[in-house]
Amino acid sequence: MKKIKKLFYVIFLTFVSATSSAGLEPDIFVQSTVNRASSALADNFSKEEKILKLRSIAEETVDINGIGNYTLGSYRKVISDKQKNDYSKLFREYFLITFSSRLAEYSNPEIEVKSKKRLNDNYTIVNSVLVATEKRPEVKIDWRIYTKDPNKPLIRDLIIEGLSLARTQKEEFASIINSNNGDINYLLKNLNDFINK
Amino acid sequence: MKKILFIILFSAILTFNVNAGTDGENALSKKSDNGVVKDCFEGFNRASFALNQGLDKVIFKPAASVYRTLPAPIRSGTSNFISNLSLVVTIPNNLLQGDIFLASKNTGRFLINSTIGIVGLFDPATKFGLNDYEKEDYGQTLGKWGVGEGCYLVLPVIGPSTARDATASLVNFMGGDAWYNITVDEDTHYVSDFDYYASRVTAGIDFRAKNFDSIENLEKNSIDFYASVKSLYLQDRKRRIQNLDSIIETQNDSDWEEIDTQ
Repeated sequence: MKKIKKLFYVIFLTFVSATSSAGLEPDIFVQSTVNRASSALADNFSKEEKILKLRSIAEETVDINGIGNYTLGSYRKVISDKQKNDYSKLFREYFLITFSSRLAEYSNPEIEVKSKKRLNDNYTIVNSVLVATEKRPEVKIDWRIYTKDPNKPLIRDLIIEGLSLARTQKEEFASIINSNNGDINYLLKNLNDFINK
Repeated sequence: MKKILFIILFSAILTFNVNAGTDGENALSKKSDNGVVKDCFEGFNRASFALNQGLDKVIFKPAASVYRTLPAPIRSGTSNFISNLSLVVTIPNNLLQGDIFLASKNTGRFLINSTIGIVGLFDPATKFGLNDYEKEDYGQTLGKWGVGEGCYLVLPVIGPSTARDATASLVNFMGGDAWYNITVDEDTHYVSDFDYYASRVTAGIDFRAKNFDSIENLEKNSIDFYASVKSLYLQDRKRRIQNLDSIIETQNDSDWEEIDTQ
């Protein structure tokens, strides 16, 4: 009997290790993240509780530093290390506030993952739909998943009805910097003001 | 007379748009080196954007709030009616873009919805398989023909546009929009100027109501709302011109790749 148990144990370990070496499939990762977000948005939580839960999910599943670098565009090459550091901290906080505030407005959003398209080793696009309700039509949402580490995929962009949130953010930041003679300190000030408002 | 005034106003804006560029380029060729559409008249655009935001707060937002409380059949009927009217501009543009199949499909859609669907209030065509309707306009056709966007523009009342799209929209007032022709251009005794302008305002309210939460959310979470709207508008136009559901093919991924190498 002990031998059979041991054999089962070995088979179980082999299976687990084989699964983990294959990595977490991006579509399964998205569906599981969406399910976590849906339970966080369940009606029985207060808005503050929802925001706290969403922040924690975002910190685990979103590549906030990567998005921060992307949204800074070419400016990240010309700023000082101190400015980079300040930007990184401010962007993280700004991102978490806006991410949770955007999602906290919804209650029990139903998202269905439909398909995925592997772009290269680093990126897979997962296609999903936000199911229609009486108040709004169905919304197509694509997720840009960073898969450099297949065991820890991370979200880098949401593309809603073909419109990229990361790109919109990048162009918004570029507009602020350009309107102030290319001085990134204005962006840092604006981020700081937004966080403290 | 109204038509002439309108054309003069547009021509003035576009003449200014073209002449303001003194670097040898005209407005329809304005693009920065990285393919981003230039905001040549940012001062004017921001003032116009502020005016439109004021109009939104006073007219469109309150109207959209009330519209959202109407029973679903009334909202969907209104939306269907507006969508059906847009087909009279979409169909000629399907043809101009050389898409005979889509032009036929949309003509079938228009005929079915205008008759069985009672002047477009209902959408039986979708049930007959004539679904996935995408609007087309003269700006999209010029884009398809390879004409660049030109400078970004925010037109008072009308909203975001580009030099190309604003120029192309003049075609609507020169015979390119059958609904305009039978309301404003010709006195048909059945429909009048009022019907045309009422349909335009209703289309604006319908759009505002459908995107009510998204717009509020975007404004609340933007540091520079003007820049966010500009980015979304230009991305959306690019996607519509290329007739893509997804942005994957419309963007250069090199920016994403680049951040991984640093």
